[in-house]
Amino acid sequence: MLALAAKRLGSMILIMLTISFILFVIFEGDKLNLAQKVLGQYSTMDQRLKWVEQQGLNAPFLTRYFEWVWNFVRGDMGTSLQLSAPVSELVWSHLKNTILLAGCVFTITVSISLVMGVLSGIAEGSFRDRAITVASVLTTSVPEFASATFLVAIFVFWLDWLPGTSPFSNGVALNELVLPVMVLVLYNFGYYTRMTRASMAEVITSQYVRTAILKGLPFKQVVMKHALRNALIAPFTVMILQLNYLLSGVIVVEVFFSYKGFGKLLYDASLFGDIYMVEACTMVAVFVAVLSQFISDVGYTMLNPRIRFS
Amino acid sequence: MSDETANGNAQTDRPTGFKRFARAVGLLRESRIGMIGAFLVCFWILVALLAPILPVKDPLSQDAAALLKPWLTSMPDGAFYWLGTDDRGRDILSRLVWGSRLVLFWSAAATIVAYAVGMMLGVIAGYRGGWWDEIISFFGNVLLSFPLMVLYLVILTNFGPSSNFGRLLSDRLGLDPIVVSGVIIIVAVTFGTAPAVARIVRGLVLDLKTRDYIAAAEVRGETPLYIMLVELLPNARGPLIVDGCLRLGYVIITIALLGYLALGLPPPDPDWGKMISDAQKFGSFGMNAMLWPAFAISSLVLGLNLLADGLREISLRD
Repeated sequence: MLALAAKRLGSMILIMLTISFILFVIFEGDKLNLAQKVLGQYSTMDQRLKWVEQQGLNAPFLTRYFEWVWNFVRGDMGTSLQLSAPVSELVWSHLKNTILLAGCVFTITVSISLVMGVLSGIAEGSFRDRAITVASVLTTSVPEFASATFLVAIFVFWLDWLPGTSPFSNGVALNELVLPVMVLVLYNFGYYTRMTRASMAEVITSQYVRTAILKGLPFKQVVMKHALRNALIAPFTVMILQLNYLLSGVIVVEVFFSYKGFGKLLYDASLFGDIYMVEACTMVAVFVAVLSQFISDVGYTMLNPRIRFS
Repeated sequence: MSDETANGNAQTDRPTGFKRFARAVGLLRESRIGMIGAFLVCFWILVALLAPILPVKDPLSQDAAALLKPWLTSMPDGAFYWLGTDDRGRDILSRLVWGSRLVLFWSAAATIVAYAVGMMLGVIAGYRGGWWDEIISFFGNVLLSFPLMVLYLVILTNFGPSSNFGRLLSDRLGLDPIVVSGVIIIVAVTFGTAPAVARIVRGLVLDLKTRDYIAAAEVRGETPLYIMLVELLPNARGPLIVDGCLRLGYVIITIALLGYLALGLPPPDPDWGKMISDAQKFGSFGMNAMLWPAFAISSLVLGLNLLADGLREISLRD
């Protein structure tokens, strides 16, 4: 168990280092290009060379890379070119809003899809099962920006219940959170539901569940106490792994609703060419993705007794 | 054909290409959702193919008198807009029709390239094993650790049409801007999709390579390339076709999404995603112009997902 965790941790660090190296080559490999990005399109070659000299960028490439990694780990991620503030502060303040968004989405999606998946998995082929399956295919087929369009049309312009953007200008507002959360829940719950359904359908036809039913236990008790535990192992890992995709969706939704979050920060920085900000945001996003992979791998082993005791 | 069957050769029991296709369509008819999916997909393919002869207006012609008109608008000068107009007075219906060509062409191209690369890497990793497998799997994991949108943002903003690299392509090689963006989008989608395809193919190949016919081919002295291309890949096709349908849907979403995020194909060509972001600036006035492309893309992706479901249902049955 510990050996597995250590091995996974090792590969996680290796992947992070590889990615940081690739990013460093892309963004800071060419010193003069970097100087041009920082000083602006109309800086002269003299200015750029002087800047490179000042920043100590004439050191060998690998030295620069390790220095950059070291600063990064200590939390010094440079200054944003666009917003002229320390990158780490900006990332953190925006990340809080995104964690709020993603947290709401994850909690709601998981609870809805577990209930729906179990309901349809225990009665495979029934009308209820088919209805839930069709609903989950329908919602997964509508991309986030399209469903956001539909929801804005309904709730903002037709019913006039909710605001159509979420700039959080007066702090966190619940009504500004509703639409972004709704869009992401709609898009994601279908996949989770189908995973839970498939897993539940498999467990419910297994021998031990049949035994439990045949020995006269109430069906509800069989499902809740016997089947559910085993049926949730596979969906658990999938849901954690899906955090990676959730993050992609979060970027789109944040751009659509001008939500003051991490994804919008990354998007704006990418379009502006705010190198230090893009580097920091990308590394944070990759860290979340790799961490979720780690949790999913280790969690699967811990939850699954067949692997745990082997 | 008849004398071949008279020989009693088992090989000739295999129906010809057309018959197998007809049988597949016949099977698909048993799955209702599969048929609905096939209908939606065929509808958009037909629209895309027939765009030049369909009686729609020029998707680029602007009508200054008709800006952001709602659907079923008829103008005093006799012009009639079935689905209304966008912020430059362009006909939304014809932009949807012509946009379907763009989205279908580029997403199909991107999916094919991503699949080809992914299948090659997967089959090499699975069949060769050893260091090949270690290296391919490691870089696959590296790419899969990027949230997809982040990967696309990094690739397209650093190597897109307005970057040094993109300018190199367009100025030095004299490529059309739309081709430059398209190629870079294909590359980005390949980076985002091929690792997942490779992982699936690798899994399938690990199972297939223990079969007797592979051993037979090895004993016959076939080259590894032949074994990979002729023996392994065709036998892994079942799950890959279903997966391909789903993934084409994702790629369509991706391409429209990149258009929406202003990273896609260059204007003024009609791009469904860009149509939405263009109209979004106008709030409630732009709602009509936003809704139609959203419907279009949703119906196309829904069609592909339903088709994939139908195909999976059939493939599980026999």
